[in-house]
Amino acid sequence: MSRRPFVRTMSKTTWYMRNGRYKVYMLREVTSLLVGYYTFLVIFALAALSADSPDLWNGFLAAQQSPVMTALHGFALLYFLFFQTFPWFKLAPKAMPVQIGEKKLPGGYIVIGHYVAWAVVSAFIFWLAGVV
Amino acid sequence: MTIAKKAVVWILFAAGGTLTAFVYPALIVLFLLVASGNVPEGLRYEQIHTFAASWPGKATLFVVVFLSLWHAAHRLRVVAHDFGIRKDKLVANAVYLVAATGTVLTAIYLLLIS
Repeated sequence: MSRRPFVRTMSKTTWYMRNGRYKVYMLREVTSLLVGYYTFLVIFALAALSADSPDLWNGFLAAQQSPVMTALHGFALLYFLFFQTFPWFKLAPKAMPVQIGEKKLPGGYIVIGHYVAWAVVSAFIFWLAGVV
Repeated sequence: MTIAKKAVVWILFAAGGTLTAFVYPALIVLFLLVASGNVPEGLRYEQIHTFAASWPGKATLFVVVFLSLWHAAHRLRVVAHDFGIRKDKLVANAVYLVAATGTVLTAIYLLLIS
């Protein structure tokens, strides 16, 4: 080993900016902020619900209403779909390969299975919430 | 960390990722509907209270919150590292503490709804 090994300097805070794949990786990773945000929104909803008061619940619903929040939810939905849901389905055959006997099930079937299951789960949630 | 412990951490993380990938788009749509003033029938007080008061409802809500919080905490820890914050122990304690607090609060709120 040389006495003065070459160490490439790299920024700790902006290293991902020099490669497209790294940028996409970071865009995917920050969806964890959305997961955290919406989970705490659910916890606030449960807090409002636990007070046994319809007025408090209606107050919570009313406090959520705003054009800005509508737009932000719309943006969050698209961001979440393209950087969490779809990538997660795409990597499913690699994370959970299905083997039947000697053969491996082609990855495409696993991905399609995920999309079908997603449609069923979403439809069930919308049915439960009375949207459809 | 021992391999056995790692498996548990990994399974919970993967379960949370799968669950959020499947459930959160619909959840975000519900919040979008509420924000735009079109509150769905099922989110009116009577209906949502009945759902959250039932044991299947409570179990579903608890599992969703617990797995999502754990998943988010685990990933935020890595995100902090990726953005150049190199105090892993501090970050880990903070995110897991928030996740644990949220989980305990959820259990308490759910038990209060009857």
